[in-house]
Amino acid sequence: MIRRLFIANRGEIALRVIRTAQAMGITTVLGVSSADAASLPALMADETVLLGPGPSSQSYLAIDKVVAAMVSADCDAVHPGYGFLSENAAFARAVADAGIRFVGPDIKTLEGMGDKLAARALALEAGLPVLPGGEAATREAVHARAAEIGYPLLLKAVAGGGGKGMRRVDRAEDLDTVLDMAQAEAQAAFGNSAVYVERFVAKGRHVEVQLLGDGTHAIHLGTRDCSIQRRFQKLVEEAPAPAMPEAARAGIEDAAVRLARHIGYRGAGTAEFLVDATDFSFYFLELNARIQVEHPVTEAITGVDLVEQQLLVASGKPLALTQAMVRPFGHAIEVRINAEDPSADFRPAPGRITRAAWPAGTGVRVDTHISAGGEVPPFYDSLLGKLIVHAPSREEAVARLKAALAGIRIEGVPTTAGLHARIAADPRFALGGVDTGFLTGLAE
Amino acid sequence: MSDDLPLNAEDIAEIAAIIEASPYRELDLSTRRFRLRLARADGAETGLTQEWQWAGSGPEAVVTAEAEHAADPDAVAAPLPGTFYHAPQPGAPPFVTVGDEVGPETVVGIVETMKLMNPVHAGLAGTVAEVLAPNATMVAKGQPLFRLA
Repeated sequence: MIRRLFIANRGEIALRVIRTAQAMGITTVLGVSSADAASLPALMADETVLLGPGPSSQSYLAIDKVVAAMVSADCDAVHPGYGFLSENAAFARAVADAGIRFVGPDIKTLEGMGDKLAARALALEAGLPVLPGGEAATREAVHARAAEIGYPLLLKAVAGGGGKGMRRVDRAEDLDTVLDMAQAEAQAAFGNSAVYVERFVAKGRHVEVQLLGDGTHAIHLGTRDCSIQRRFQKLVEEAPAPAMPEAARAGIEDAAVRLARHIGYRGAGTAEFLVDATDFSFYFLELNARIQVEHPVTEAITGVDLVEQQLLVASGKPLALTQAMVRPFGHAIEVRINAEDPSADFRPAPGRITRAAWPAGTGVRVDTHISAGGEVPPFYDSLLGKLIVHAPSREEAVARLKAALAGIRIEGVPTTAGLHARIAADPRFALGGVDTGFLTGLAE
Repeated sequence: MSDDLPLNAEDIAEIAAIIEASPYRELDLSTRRFRLRLARADGAETGLTQEWQWAGSGPEAVVTAEAEHAADPDAVAAPLPGTFYHAPQPGAPPFVTVGDEVGPETVVGIVETMKLMNPVHAGLAGTVAEVLAPNATMVAKGQPLFRLA
């Protein structure tokens, strides 16, 4: 069993991991940048180690510093959270070389899935459908690929995830400018500027499947629909995927499990699919080899603590859950409350939080690291917290979401709470099953 | 320090249910470590809110302190705080150099804030006379980046 767990992350997910680890009797050690030294996760962790200054490249992304910190703190395992180094194979290797367990999949899985192109190839091997597109290593190759696929298209970071480095290109004359931006963003987020090209599907839904595996067995914990996105950042996530025939949902879940078994997946992971909103045909996009931001909606409907499962599997225990034991109940919706300015095209807005009144009550869960007096540094992403509601039916969950959003009061920085209230009030959202173009049609 | 994590999400939901079923408007609990206020939400017909304050949790002076910058009509200012870059990527030539003609829509730099690359547009027409902020440095919102002539 894990005795001392290092947490190589920050924000709400660091706090989330600390809570479950402490409940399991594990001592938690949090690596912090100087900008986060007085954060709530730092206060809650049993111990903290200073990694370096605020910018991620000198702290949370600095593999040598993070590994040195966990070695000096005598940790026997590390939870990487999401983002940062969570899917970095070089990091996982450095951790393994230091004799420390990595709470995540095998290094070869990270290599296969971290490289989104290799992931496409593995999915094809497992018999999953993928979108037209592929590798484009040079500027000339990007142009050639674009000419072959046609516009609009998507540029995606090969090392990507979380929408960073992902940009839509509508016209050939924009390709060079957008390519520069995508590469710079990919470099900043992942330390790797390589991008690839994929066809853009206009009427698509983003549906994903939560997976758990122990290297031998793999099961799914149902679907999540994350179609409501802006700048390829998910804003609203729900479980299960609504307004979808049971057979279509089962087909996607089976495909995800097939991929997990094909690669001998170990730990928690998520297979992402693009689903045609009209006929429910689906294409494999990527497999995220980590805990996802939106994991709480799956926890809400299944009652499974996914972080606990991750820690158990990382300890070397076989999966105790079987597919038959997973019995989803009701409907859950998560909205991301971000520090962003709705009056300036939702530009990230760092600053000082003067008041944070989060919703509370039956069927309401809030995962946040933000309380009054907290600082939102400009170095990291804009997520302030996640509001998760759960109810027996989707209709009741939407009603609960509306009530919760009406009470939320965050002061000091502008937030996306108002945007979510508009989304919750939209009749298309009430029906369910919207596509990724939803936000463009949203009433002011 | 925290094998006694004060209250988990289930505890909060239970306390909220107790308040909702009671004639009370709020619960305000202060300890040495934290203060929790659970109250009926302002302006909302139903529901409660939770407000936490933690002893010892507070900001270190970071970089967001918004300096008052003299409004220089010839300056291109940072639209938001973050790391200012002269070039689209390391090693690439800068977007603009002294002597370049720019128009309002010309991209003159990038400010990286919260992992997002935000293009900086000149906002006005002119000739770049001086580069005021060095490459790859933290800038505050409104800080002058270039002076135009």
